[in-house]
Amino acid sequence: MKSDTGCGKAIALHLVVIAGLFGLGFVLPEYHHGVLARVMVLAVFSMGYNVLFGYAGLLSLGHAMFFAAGLYGAGLSMIHLGWSAPAGFAAGVIAGAVLALGVGVLALRTTGVAFMIVTMMFSQVFYLLTLYFSVWTRGDEGLVIPQARRGLDLGAMRLDFTDPMTRYMLALGLFAIVLLLTLGVARSGFGRVLVAIRENEERTKMLGYDTFANKLSAVVVSGTFCAAAGAAYALLFGYVGSTFASVQYSIFPLLWVLLGGAATTLGPFLGTLFMYYVVDIASGYTSAYMLIVGLLLILLILYFPKGVLGTVRERWLRWLP
Amino acid sequence: MTPLLTTHGLSRDFGGLKAVDSVDFSLMPGEIRAIIGPNGAGKTTFVSLVCGRILPSAGRIVFDGRDITDMPAHKRVRLGIAYTFQITSVFARLSAYDNVALAFQRAQSGRSVHDGVMEALDRTGLADRAKETAGAMAYGHQRLLEVAMGLALKPRLLILDEPTQGLSDGEIAGFIALVREIGRDATVLLIEHNMHVVMELAQRITVMEAGRILAEGAPQEIRDNVAVQEAYLGGTVEAAS
Repeated sequence: MKSDTGCGKAIALHLVVIAGLFGLGFVLPEYHHGVLARVMVLAVFSMGYNVLFGYAGLLSLGHAMFFAAGLYGAGLSMIHLGWSAPAGFAAGVIAGAVLALGVGVLALRTTGVAFMIVTMMFSQVFYLLTLYFSVWTRGDEGLVIPQARRGLDLGAMRLDFTDPMTRYMLALGLFAIVLLLTLGVARSGFGRVLVAIRENEERTKMLGYDTFANKLSAVVVSGTFCAAAGAAYALLFGYVGSTFASVQYSIFPLLWVLLGGAATTLGPFLGTLFMYYVVDIASGYTSAYMLIVGLLLILLILYFPKGVLGTVRERWLRWLP
Repeated sequence: MTPLLTTHGLSRDFGGLKAVDSVDFSLMPGEIRAIIGPNGAGKTTFVSLVCGRILPSAGRIVFDGRDITDMPAHKRVRLGIAYTFQITSVFARLSAYDNVALAFQRAQSGRSVHDGVMEALDRTGLADRAKETAGAMAYGHQRLLEVAMGLALKPRLLILDEPTQGLSDGEIAGFIALVREIGRDATVLLIEHNMHVVMELAQRITVMEAGRILAEGAPQEIRDNVAVQEAYLGGTVEAAS
């Protein structure tokens, strides 16, 4: 949407990234292979957050509930109702979309700080509900989806989600779909309206746009992406616990997006990857690893105030979506 | 001929202040109408009521035979009421092209967005600046960009709120020509302080003072009106020319 000339380059870049991740799936050592699969699923969460925060400029502090809606939607339906993996995945995504619609209708009556507080409140309610109904959710301890259930029978062949390569490729598949959808949103008229709302909502209204309806659509798209990440997490990694509904999982996507670059399509992935490895490496040296993480975050804000890709776009690559 | 826009007893209070005080106003299709008056006369409040940015305390607004008093602003825009802001409020971080595309893309789904945007930019003389970031453009160009956005909405009623404020004489001359051309297929409601622009463009003039309509008539009548001269034109005819 920046300019027409960058369009081909941008699509090519995204395809190269996807192809690169595909290639890495065959060469990475076992440990990093597992990490990257996890990071790609979390990056979907991050990209979902970015739709609302980066493009529409709405800062939510409650996105853990959408991730967790996907997680529990998939986990509970598979464990208690005996649903198959694809049905569980669909249940998770739908649960997130419906929740986003309901929360959006109510929370979008507010703006700014009030919006942050209201979304956080809803998310806390969700978190407490996962503890309250511990008969089914087993609260903090969580549920483990049995290995035998985490797979898909395709005629004679069985797709086993616990197999590292299958898991990696499924994570990549979801990542690629959501990445290209985000790119589509960013370049569409809808994306342009979201940016306009972020920049000046009053003016956008005076161009004939129902800004409430557009913001609500953004919340639903964002919540649905996050729920897809949550549902995939349940299927691929088999654990469904209330930690994922806690407030820190509302803060993480905000950090990831800020690090990588808000309103850039690839920023959320970079931010998630970077943060994951910083925590991983730093905690190998010291138990005070958050100190190192904090220091790095300060340096990043100093030298890349708009996140890595946001700053790269501003200084060098104007065509970056 | 039925008026395109009428207001009946339109009022708006801010606390104790009657910014607009039971205004009866009507505007014929195809007209270029200027609203003049001293600062604080209620001109901007009046047009803000018409376009729905603020809601009236009392009175009705009828546009094209439809009562739009309770209609939200974005729906009025869809009916064809476009408002260009007094204080330039283009989307500063977007390109000129994207600014106009935002105005264009909603209404004109049948046509290529690119053609429509370039046409609006072309009419305002900004075609070669399409890629510039709006916030980095010269002030005069930002004002023109506002007008281009208004044009891209294909309005039936274009409300221009002090469009020539801060423009150079050369830019004003170009602007007068532009509004004349727009006036060929849209009704124009112009709030303007520059009397030269008003006299050049307006077919009729409405004078407001203290929230009320003080006088209304053809430019020459207004120029000769003693009350208007006292209220606004400083008591001399020279100040008006």
